[in-house]
Amino acid sequence: MKYWKGIEELESTPEFMSTAFAEFLPVKESHESKDATSAPRRDFLKLMGFGVGAVALASCETPVHKAIPYLNKPEEVDPTISNFYASTYFTGSDYNAVLVKNRDGRPIKLEGNPESPITRGGLSARAQAAVLDLYDSGRLQHFAVKGLRTETEEVDRQIQAKLAATTGKIAIVSPTIISPSTKKAIAAFAARYRTTEHVMYDAQSASGLLQANNGVLPSYDFSRANVIVSIGADFLGTWISPVEFAKQYSKNRKVSSDNRSMSRHFQFETAMSLTGSNADVRESVKPSEWGAVAVALYNAVVGGGSNSTFSNSRVAPQIAKAAAELKANRGASLVVSGSNDPAVQALVTALNQSLGNVGTTVDLTNASNVRQGDDARMVALVKEMNAGTVGAVIFYNANPVYNHPLSAQVKSGIAKVPLSISFNDRLDETGSLCDYATPDNHWLESWNDFEPKRGFLSLSQPAITPIFATRQAQESLLRWAGNNETYYSFLRNNWRGVLGGNNFNAAWDKAVHDGVATGSGLFAAPAMDTPALSASEAIARISGAPKPAANLVEVFLYEKVGLPASGSGANNPFLQELPDPVSKATWGNYLAVPRAMAVTNKWEQGDVIKVTAPNVAPIELPVLVQPGQAVGTVSIALGYGRVASGKAGDGVGANAASLLMATPNGIMYATAVTLEKTSATSPIAQTQTHHTIMDRRSVVQESTLAKYKENPKEVTEYEKVATPDGLEKPNKVSLWQDYQYNNHHWGMAIDLNSCIGCGSCVLGCQTENNIAVVGKQQVINRREMHWMRIDRYYSSDHHKSEFDTKGKLSTYAAMEDPSDNPQVIFQPMMCQQCNHAPCETVCPVLATTHSSEGLNQMTYNRCVGTRYCANNCPYKVRRFNWFSYYSNEKFETVNGHMFTDLGRMVLNPDVTVRARGVMEKCSFCIQRIQLGKLEAKKQKRRPKDGEIVSACAQSCPTDAIVFGDMRDTTSRISQLLRREDGERAFHSLDSINVQPNVTYLTKIRNSASEMFGPEEEA
Amino acid sequence: MNSNRLRSLPHLLLALLLTFAGAQQATAQDASASTATVSKAGVTPGATDGATASTAAAPAAGGADAAAVSAGDALFKANCTQCHAVNEQVVGPALSGISKRRPITWIIPWIKNSAKVVASGDEYAVALYNKYQKQQMPSFGLSDKEITSIVAYITSQEGGAAAAAGGATVQNAGAVDGAAAAGAADTGAGKYVDILLIALVVVLIVMVVTLIIIGNLMKDVLRGRKDLDGRDTEILEQRFDWGKFYRSPVLRGIVGVVFAVVLLYEGVQSVMAVGLTQGYQPTQPIAFSHKLHAGENQINCAYCHTSVYKGKSANIPSANICMNCHSQIKTESPEIKKIYRAIERKQPVQWVRIHNLPDLAYFNHSQHTQVAGLQCQTCHGPIQNMEVVYQYSALTMGWCINCHRESPLNTKGNAYYDNLVKLHDTKNAAAPFTVSSNGGTECSKCHY
Repeated sequence: MKYWKGIEELESTPEFMSTAFAEFLPVKESHESKDATSAPRRDFLKLMGFGVGAVALASCETPVHKAIPYLNKPEEVDPTISNFYASTYFTGSDYNAVLVKNRDGRPIKLEGNPESPITRGGLSARAQAAVLDLYDSGRLQHFAVKGLRTETEEVDRQIQAKLAATTGKIAIVSPTIISPSTKKAIAAFAARYRTTEHVMYDAQSASGLLQANNGVLPSYDFSRANVIVSIGADFLGTWISPVEFAKQYSKNRKVSSDNRSMSRHFQFETAMSLTGSNADVRESVKPSEWGAVAVALYNAVVGGGSNSTFSNSRVAPQIAKAAAELKANRGASLVVSGSNDPAVQALVTALNQSLGNVGTTVDLTNASNVRQGDDARMVALVKEMNAGTVGAVIFYNANPVYNHPLSAQVKSGIAKVPLSISFNDRLDETGSLCDYATPDNHWLESWNDFEPKRGFLSLSQPAITPIFATRQAQESLLRWAGNNETYYSFLRNNWRGVLGGNNFNAAWDKAVHDGVATGSGLFAAPAMDTPALSASEAIARISGAPKPAANLVEVFLYEKVGLPASGSGANNPFLQELPDPVSKATWGNYLAVPRAMAVTNKWEQGDVIKVTAPNVAPIELPVLVQPGQAVGTVSIALGYGRVASGKAGDGVGANAASLLMATPNGIMYATAVTLEKTSATSPIAQTQTHHTIMDRRSVVQESTLAKYKENPKEVTEYEKVATPDGLEKPNKVSLWQDYQYNNHHWGMAIDLNSCIGCGSCVLGCQTENNIAVVGKQQVINRREMHWMRIDRYYSSDHHKSEFDTKGKLSTYAAMEDPSDNPQVIFQPMMCQQCNHAPCETVCPVLATTHSSEGLNQMTYNRCVGTRYCANNCPYKVRRFNWFSYYSNEKFETVNGHMFTDLGRMVLNPDVTVRARGVMEKCSFCIQRIQLGKLEAKKQKRRPKDGEIVSACAQSCPTDAIVFGDMRDTTSRISQLLRREDGERAFHSLDSINVQPNVTYLTKIRNSASEMFGPEEEA
Repeated sequence: MNSNRLRSLPHLLLALLLTFAGAQQATAQDASASTATVSKAGVTPGATDGATASTAAAPAAGGADAAAVSAGDALFKANCTQCHAVNEQVVGPALSGISKRRPITWIIPWIKNSAKVVASGDEYAVALYNKYQKQQMPSFGLSDKEITSIVAYITSQEGGAAAAAGGATVQNAGAVDGAAAAGAADTGAGKYVDILLIALVVVLIVMVVTLIIIGNLMKDVLRGRKDLDGRDTEILEQRFDWGKFYRSPVLRGIVGVVFAVVLLYEGVQSVMAVGLTQGYQPTQPIAFSHKLHAGENQINCAYCHTSVYKGKSANIPSANICMNCHSQIKTESPEIKKIYRAIERKQPVQWVRIHNLPDLAYFNHSQHTQVAGLQCQTCHGPIQNMEVVYQYSALTMGWCINCHRESPLNTKGNAYYDNLVKLHDTKNAAAPFTVSSNGGTECSKCHY
């Protein structure tokens, strides 16, 4: 099998090859001085003068530090001791029950809440980064009238007067709200102002799915499905409730020699999504063909109807196979679709019904609430606004001017509405057009409740007093309705009915403590205006749908795993710099094109293309050649191109929301466009080929379920070295003495079968370890600082049998050609904490040394920056600080949180902020290890397994990473390694005998295709 | 390249010189701040130990259960000394004779919840409550046994005001003695060396004088002889030529080298001292005296520094802790009025931080106090004698490492270490099981 990290590598262009093996890309820094020859001497004198002065000054006086205690210390707060408070993250997209780590009164990290029956301790990448939003200096810090600061009382007075005088409709526009009490607060407002209407719309809409189920959003259970068929639903990355689904999905993907079964996952999609890259069988189809796939599947499973089979010869057999497996697994299968077309969703619903999945994998009683947006009502409201029948509009964390397809009409509509109010946390695209800005608190400053699923409740509590002069939106609504109650007491009173009155205080305290509770549903889903379609109606509508003209290219608009489609994460530099799981691109969106299209049109990666759709302004985006992108289509991510989000997010990428189509059936995430090359180029900041390891066969291993079932001991290829006594394991031959670990021996095991590549660990690591954000240019210069990365390898799907039928040479030639639909494998990669670490032996100043607990220690204050260690690291996991990312003004836009007192509040006080000129790397979260050991020592006992976990292991939604003490024979990791030894456990690059403390478990694919085995044949 | 380096040499020299100048200045400043220079002898575990020993000795004479008394001692200091003393009235009444005044069956509920006793209408309680300006004694979550041991301790301490005063002096004396004894032991060996040296010097002087006298005598004898030729006379009459000595290149060379070496040594020393703040004794915004609070009133350190056994930092006490006592005591003091002002204005007191570790070093108090069982004085010096606190220890990495190398691990009764101790004993029982032998000098124990 051939693995490749990107097209450039596969093609081995001279430019690529010249730098492929370099740990550090040679970068020519521009020099500002005009006279280049004289600069060094003058610089030398300047530096010398500064040096002398600095030394003289430094030796004169020690700076005076102040120690400022509390005036009245809260009882539960002790300086330097972290408290954890249960809370809830939901910003209109995915729901996460969280624990807020509070240090000295300020939230510094979010962790998954294991009490939650929904997310069960997992946390999405977005939620990991959300703590940074709290300290975002781009937030509006006070109430404002037409952008000018105004006192809260004065704003209240004016708004109340205007609302009372309003005659027309009062509209509250928001994304999905799953808070029962917020809805009650809105109802209280509506009771005072009778003409109020609450309109919800979602940037990533599911109104088609809602309509197909008569206003109910089903909740799914992927863990009970043996066969999963997804038509364009990115359920592991962005669709509805990704963390919950990832947990369920991975449960059925974990194998061991006792349990040699796993689910089979078919994916039919346009762009290469996170979910598609994990599928056992993936076929790429155009967006316009999604309906046809659904029809073909429906006909094959349910039969009857017209027997229209899918025309595409490559996809059709896979549909037939999927249908056959679905039929064989009635009641234990699941069909989902990400389409917003009610017709497609109607067929999916019909499929699940006929397969008997309702009640097992599809739950309509405990329905999900996280998507309630009704596209049609929003479109109607925009019309009314322009017609002048709306008297007041309140935008509640909604930004339709940015993210709605009818952006221009929303803009003109706001101007026609006499009273416009924005609760948005900043003067964003919509908020800046409103008369009044009454910013909402950040959710970490707020009380609120949530009902993500009927019967499952969740609370959020303030983890800090409001940083700015803001007020919670619900309280504003209550105040304007003439209710002077605080939202806290309003909420608490609502909960009296839920928790039962007898011992309410105790039950309430428990609910606040746990963060989650079970209770009767507080609100019913609103009925949809349009009824669900029947299967035959749906088929008729799909087959009758107009096909896009042949000269146009279909564009698919999708949501990134990192950035929400609503654009709300744009000013979060953590999310901007999180590499896309598949394309590994950071900082901006791009036009993902299939390779064939790039070749035909002679487009190179980075060429800027003008995307023109009828009736809207064209947008320009650089090309990224994306293997797996459906032939004849392109994809663009939503959520970029903000103009009023803040320093980090403005002007990154282009806004593709204008390409969305607001049809009577809802918002369509695909359209037909013409593409035209411009003369410009714009480089894409990809981490893809950085830190490349060229020979992958010993880096990452995979096999098939069939082989695993046969003999689990044969799925992993163990490298042997020749010794006088015959072939031996590499660690039998060693120059070095082995270390003896008496106390602890920390280790990590990563199950490649469970890892879905979502990137939650990358951001968990970044927040935990104060890792700097470096910005687009430095990513291009290969200087990103993430301590852990997720390597994504594509592999071509060629069959051993082709050797016989087509001959070896032509098969090899075919392998060189990048596949249109490659397989993908993810491998989290961080410092492997080698027992025979190559970095340790080359450090001239002993800044990196080995500990008695098996850790490879990095001592920043000793490091002089020779970078020998990075050059000698076979895993390329060391990161060099090229700049003072916390004080160099070049990085103020991207790493701003390290520049201000406000932003620095998010830093972990237990981890040093690294200075310029030192090397850094994964430490196995040594601060957590030390803290865990100390707690155990204080309690005079050994640490318990599971007490000490690295940030990545803790955040993993699929429990792919296991961290623990390998000296403790009863620990999870010891048991796992004992069980998998000789089966799936392998070390990356075993033959070089560096003896890593990180062990990987071979990925097992449930695909029928017999891939090339280990490369001995090659 | 080479010429470049040469050219930069003058700059480097200049830098070096400036550094010396600056450093000297700094040391001068430091020195003036810390004229009460710290004796390196290692203070005061002796002082506190002495104090405890003397108090522990007393009850044994009284015949009470020694264990209960010593338990009571600790409890009394941790919980009661903020408001009570045995023999004098502080915030609350003097407790001497309490076991005779009130039965234990009254004392226990009173300590547990005095408000309840007052509310129950107990006559004595109400009278007491009124007598002390209706200031309520806070409730203490102590067990009956603990209260009994506190009372036992109080009983062991009483014996009339005079004796009590005596007791106090005995304690202080004990402390002083302890310190003196430590000093004496330290200098014991040194004394003999001194005497030996003095004797040697005296002997040498006598020898030199004797030699000069002998020389003169010999000269006189020679002058008396007539058979000397010119050369001999020249030698005899030769005088020591200082000028020649002064011009001698060998001597100049030796002096030059010695000067250079001394300069280098001093230079290195002063450069190494940059950033060292041992002895740093800034003026604090409030003239708080540890001598008074920790020394004379024997308030437990953790009463104010609440997180010293729990957290990374031994926090500076918040104003509300001061108010526990100072809402009653010395309310007229101008220094204490500063705290009142801080509370009224809601502006916390800005103390000057004395012990500053660089950000790259991680230090956790609880690791050293709770786990290792170290006394505060081990690093902070005789804090109970400090009117104004100064930085006692160097707080350099060498200082930390040295202690980690020498100190045995406190493994007693801590199950975390059980297997490690066994392993150590089977392998290398002769060497002590020190912090560093358990990895306590590894980089990432403190740097991450």
